[in-house]
This record gives sequence, C-alpha cells and structure tokens, in this order.
Amino acid sequence: MTTERPSSTEYDPNAQVHLGVFQTGVGPQLIWADPSSAPHMAIETFVGVVQLLERGLFDAFFLGEGLRVRENRGRAYDLDVAGRPDAITQLSALAAVTERIGLVATQNTTYNFPADLARRLASLDLLSDGRAGWNIVTTDNAWTGANFRHGGWLEHERRYERAGQFVEAAKALWGSWDGGIDGVVAAAGDAKSWARPGSITPVERHTDLVELRATATLPASRQGRPVLFQAGDSDGGRDLAARHADVVFSANTEYDKALAYAQDVRARLARYGRSPDSLRILPGAGVVLGDTPAEAQERARWVRSEQMSGPRAVAFFEQYWGTDLSAYDPDGPLPDIEPSEAELDPSRGTLRIDQRNGKLATIARWRELAEQRNLSMRELALEVAPGHPPFVGTPAQIADEWAHYVRTRAVDGFNLLPHLIPSSLEDIVEKLVPALQERGVYRTEYTGTTLREHLALPPLDV
Amino acid sequence: MSDRAGLFLALDADGDGAHPAAWRFSGRPPAAVLGGRAVREVVATAEGAGFTLVTFADSPVPPSSGLEAAGRLEAGTRAAFVSTLTDRIGLAPTLHVTSTEPFHLATQLAGLDHASKGRAAWVVGAANSAAELATIGAQPLGADALRREITDVIDAARALWDSWEDDAVVKDVATGRYLDPDKVHHVDFAGAAFTITGPLITPRPPQGQVVVLAVDELDVADRADIVLVSGSDAAAVAAAATRARAAGAGMVFAEVEVVLDAAEPATSRLARLAEATPWPAAGRVRHVGSPAALVELLRRLADAVDGVRLHPAVLAVDLPVLAEHVLPALAAAGLHRGPRAGDTLRSTLGLPRPVNRFAAPATTNA
Repeated sequence: MTTERPSSTEYDPNAQVHLGVFQTGVGPQLIWADPSSAPHMAIETFVGVVQLLERGLFDAFFLGEGLRVRENRGRAYDLDVAGRPDAITQLSALAAVTERIGLVATQNTTYNFPADLARRLASLDLLSDGRAGWNIVTTDNAWTGANFRHGGWLEHERRYERAGQFVEAAKALWGSWDGGIDGVVAAAGDAKSWARPGSITPVERHTDLVELRATATLPASRQGRPVLFQAGDSDGGRDLAARHADVVFSANTEYDKALAYAQDVRARLARYGRSPDSLRILPGAGVVLGDTPAEAQERARWVRSEQMSGPRAVAFFEQYWGTDLSAYDPDGPLPDIEPSEAELDPSRGTLRIDQRNGKLATIARWRELAEQRNLSMRELALEVAPGHPPFVGTPAQIADEWAHYVRTRAVDGFNLLPHLIPSSLEDIVEKLVPALQERGVYRTEYTGTTLREHLALPPLDV
Repeated sequence: MSDRAGLFLALDADGDGAHPAAWRFSGRPPAAVLGGRAVREVVATAEGAGFTLVTFADSPVPPSSGLEAAGRLEAGTRAAFVSTLTDRIGLAPTLHVTSTEPFHLATQLAGLDHASKGRAAWVVGAANSAAELATIGAQPLGADALRREITDVIDAARALWDSWEDDAVVKDVATGRYLDPDKVHHVDFAGAAFTITGPLITPRPPQGQVVVLAVDELDVADRADIVLVSGSDAAAVAAAATRARAAGAGMVFAEVEVVLDAAEPATSRLARLAEATPWPAAGRVRHVGSPAALVELLRRLADAVDGVRLHPAVLAVDLPVLAEHVLPALAAAGLHRGPRAGDTLRSTLGLPRPVNRFAAPATTNA
C-alpha cells in the first residue's frame, strides 16, 4: 500500500502511465546468451517487438544511437550485443507494418546536417501518418567524430548551443509550408500550379554553428511535426528540454529524485512560458516481473548475473585500470597491480559520464569496499556497476507503485529498457499492462492515431 | 554484354511519373504523393508485375519551384518503408554523396539491405548545384573535386560494408564473447575531403555489398555494379553501352522513357501532357506508342544492354499497361523473368556475393 508523500503538492486521480520501450540495440543490459534471446539484427525481431508493443497499447518504440562501435582498449568490445541498424531507416520499415505506435529515432545534432536530418524525420513522420519522434542527443566527442566529415569540430561547452539552433532550424523547416499540406498543394490536377504560389518559405540560418539555406520538400504531418524527446540530466540538457522538448527522458527513477527532477523541469518550463502539461517526463527504467515477490527478486538476481558475467566484470575493471587484466580471475580479489595514471577515456562509449573522472579515488573506494565485505571482482562489479533494474516485483506491486508515481506527478510514465528480447516485453504486455488497466492508469484502447495524441500533449501553436 | 539472353527491368517510381505534368493525370489528389499509401501501391504493382528493381529519385531541394510538384519524401525512407511489404523486388534509393555524411549514407544502405533481406541498391547521386549544396552550408565543387568526392564516398561505403566480416558475431556462451573483435575492422579511410575510422555500426549487409548503380555521366563505371546509359535511339544506346563496358562497367542498363497507349492513344496523351508542361528531352530513348512496339524496342536493346530502366510518363496510367501487356509479352518471349521470393537482388542479377576485403583467404585443406 502506498502512502501520500508530503513532498508532492499535487494529486491527479486521472493521471495515466505512458509507456515506451527504448531499444538501445547494444550494451550490457541486453542478455544474448539465453536461448530465448531473439537474433537482435533480424528484421523479424524488430517487427515482432513493435507489433507486440502495439498490442500492449504503448505510446512509442525508441531506437538508440551510437555512431561508433564501442571499444575496449582499442578493439571492438566483444562481450556485449553490438551492431545496429540506422534508426530512421529501420523505423520507416516498421512504420509499414504498424498503425498506431509512435516511432522514435535517436539522432545526434553534432554529426548531422540540420536540413538533411529534418527532411528524413519529416519523411518518417508522413510515411507513418504522424507517428514519428526524434530523441535529440548531442554526442560531440572526437572519438565518435572520427567517422564524420568534421570530427571533433564542436567545443564540448557549445554542444547544447548547436543543438538549440539545430532544433530551431528543424522546427522552422517543418513549419515552412504555410497552412500545411492542404494550404499548399492543389486539390486537383486542373489547378494552375501544384503549390500555391508563395506558400513555401525557404529557411536560412547563418551563424557560426548552423549554416544553411533550404526549402522544405515536405509539409507538416497530422501531428504538426515529429515529437521531440530530450535526455540529459545536466543543466544544459534540462534547459534544452524545457525550451524545445515534448518529452524528457531522465535517469531518475527513485521516487524522491524523480519528483525533484519533475519540479525542477516544470519550473524551467514556466520560465519559457510553457504549461506544465506541455512536457511529459518518462525516465528510462528496467523492470523485472515475477508472480511472487520472491520470484521477482530471484529473477532480478539472475538478470544481473547474466548481465555481469565473469569476462564482463574483468572488462569493467580494465577500463578503470587502463590495462590488460585478463590474467585475473573474476571470482578472485581485485588486481593487486596499480592502475595506469591516465584518466578514463571518455570516448569509448561504454562508460557513463559521471564515472569518467577521478578514477583513482573511485578505485581506492572500491578496494576498501571489497576488503570490508570480502568481495570478488565479479561481486564488486555487481555491486558498483550501473544497471540495477529499479522496478522488481509482481505486476500488482509495480502497478501500484507506478500509479502513485503518476498520480503525484513525479513522472508521466516510463521508457522501458528491456533486458531480454522478446520475453521481458511479453511479460510486461501480458501481465503488467492488465494490472495497470485494472487500476485505471492505462488506456484500454488507443484513442488517437498520432504519437502526439498518445502522449496527450497539447496541440501545437500554428 | 551478358551471355544471358534477356533483360532486367528497373522501374523509376518517383512521384507521379517522369513527366513534369504527371500530377495532373494521376486520378488522385496531388497531395497523395506525399503519403505512404502511394509508395506502397506503386511498389506493390511493380513487384506483382515482375520488375527486377525500383529506383527512387531524390534531391535535397524540391523537384520543382511549385508550378509542378514541389514535394518529395526522402528516397531512403521510401525504400525502407516498402522493404517489409515486399519480398523479391530490389529497392534502390538515390542518396547524394555531396550533401550527406558518407558514414550515415553507408549505414542507411546497410540497414536497408538488412530490412529487405538483401534487396538494397544505391543509385549514386552527386547533387552539385548552388541550391543543393546550400542546404548543408556548402558551395558547389569544381569538376575535379566533385569527381574525387564521388569516388571517395563510393570507396568509403564499400570499405565500411566490409568492416564487419560475415562471421563477426560468434555468440560464444562459453567465453562470453558476443563478437570476435578480430573480425570487426577499422577502415581508416582517407579521402580528399574527409576521413572515416570505422567500423560501420551495422553488421555486414546480407548481400555483402549493396548493389551500386550510377549514371554514365558520373564516370564511375569501374566502381559501379550497374551503369545507366542514355542514347536518343537504339544505336546511340548501343554505342554508349560499348563505351561504358570499355570503361569497366560490369552490367549496363539503358534509360527508356515511355508513354503508352492506354484508354487514350499515347500520342494524344503526350500532347495533353505537353499542353500543360513541355517534357524536356533528357537524351534518353523515348517510346511513345503501343505496348507491342515497346516490346519490339526492348528486344532490340537486349542485344546491347543487360537491362533497362523504364521512366513512365504517368505511373498511374503507364505502369498498369506495362504490368498487363509489356512484361507478360517479354516473359512469353523468354526475354524477362521476374525475381523469385526470397532471392537477394545480387542473386536475381547473377552478381556474385563479393568476398570481404578483410577476410583471411580461405585455407585449403586438401
């Protein structure tokens, strides 16, 4: 049973849980060694997942992005699922075999051309008849940039400035057909011209961060433009979200942190003259279900131990030590050799930002912890590596918890990170969704057709 | 010239058709061209008729200033959209080397090949007008720089498609290794204007290498799998084909514009189209007349080329005639056979699956 917490001043008895699935496509959270794991690059796997989620009345399916194959000490990192399709290409393929679910592509603002990306997103939005979304990311490191024409061109401090100008230019292009498709295109073949003269306005931007002159080849879709998602807990990320985003991802799943985050972001919204309901907050979250609480806990332990195999534990510490540790037994103690002095390489793509600095102090802390509790390398990695699923329990337990989260306005829903495809999602659709529906916090049918409608976002100003 | 008798048939499925006034005669609202249904229908008809592949034209700028159609869905997304709705026809979007990131271009095409299970092709585009390059804040390239950019991007894409060996994903539960890092390679490509470290983020395409098509004018016969040649009549096409083969082309397709007799004779259809807007000659063979005469023309072209790419004036009118009369007649004459369900485009075309440049030579255990 949940109790009203004093820290939330709001209570909305009609609040709804909005759900998406964030398929990163790579990374340590995906279990591949289990026989039930579907081949992760096969188009059938994607079609199966997205149709499953549509049956589960999900708002959206997301694809992640990483523009360089992750490495460990200069070679492709070999222990995790790797290899992914181009997101907009894949979502266009999935648009054809779905009717309602939103399709969200993670796309970078540093290593794309604004008019080119805006056009590809607009195409997905029209092909899906108003179901496209764009998860805006600002990856700017030179290591990723080594795959692009202007690798490492952008100063790290200016990445959100570039992103803001990029998004603003994209919005201008999406809105540049005056009156939309019906306001521009002739109603029949006997018209004087295909387009009403003067109804399409070229967009020009000339700054040191965005330089373009382009005429949009596409009108707005039925939802007005792709729904904009933004992740980022940093100050710059929160600000970009408050200015431009329709949905914000966050890493804050723990209730008090989620609530504090929501209050901060809504205060920023007010500063930009936006209503509290114009931004949905969907933290990324792992879920492990069981028929009993004990079964769920047991299952969560299994998931974690699959995610942190012995070789992965060794590789995890290799990134911190900066040296080959393959001679060490993952079930033995931490290496007695000293780590290299060099700070962690920020560009390998396998480390979270908050773990990239002060590594010697971190290692000293871990040594102390391992000694105190007599932990092996693997046990320590299980303890300190990120990835603990925040929601472990029976469908009823989690449905109660989520109902409390949304009714007290701590979140608007979750972006689920599956650990095993497709079975972890099948469990959610078959067991958790009905439990949410019983509590009146989840739709029983789609009431709209566009992603914007699913998210219950206010209509765009035209 | 191929020793195989017959012709491969490509269809250019852009917009309402090749004629600039096609939108006036499509029998549907002009805006329909900007939705998924139009793409779905034209490709379904082409696949049902037995076409080998469809091409999707594109440009970073609108196809016209607005007097004619000014809207167009991006070609790569159109091709991807129909990949899950089809099972045999090749899908060939135009992607431009000058106005995109080569790494994204290679990834998009590899992804299309995975989604279509080996039916992706790439029509090399080289947009180079001031308006096209202004979309990325750049200036048009000079002739030499343009030529270098085209070859660099093709070479970079081909290297990236090889950057994962076919057996890179090992899923070895005993050692916990998902992939073999010795089989995922940096490409360290250095072009004149860009470098790419690699590898691609996408595993090797099912076809190994996506099929590359390029028009003759791009002068990349040695790098393309199929060169598209133009000539105003069959003799000119044959001469262009001979030149392309001498320059290294493996396969040659001829560009053919068609206006066919339908409910209304072709000549009067063309006159009505021309009354709305003239159709400038593009130096291509233009057939205006009966389906039977088109079959005869294609029969003659088959002596010089491996295939043709048809550009119907109005897709809504000419494509059904092609499907009902022209392709069946070619099939009956043994001049054309449609692809089979599940075949890759390479296998349909009789092109071998290329050996990966990074793969160690197979050791013979005699």
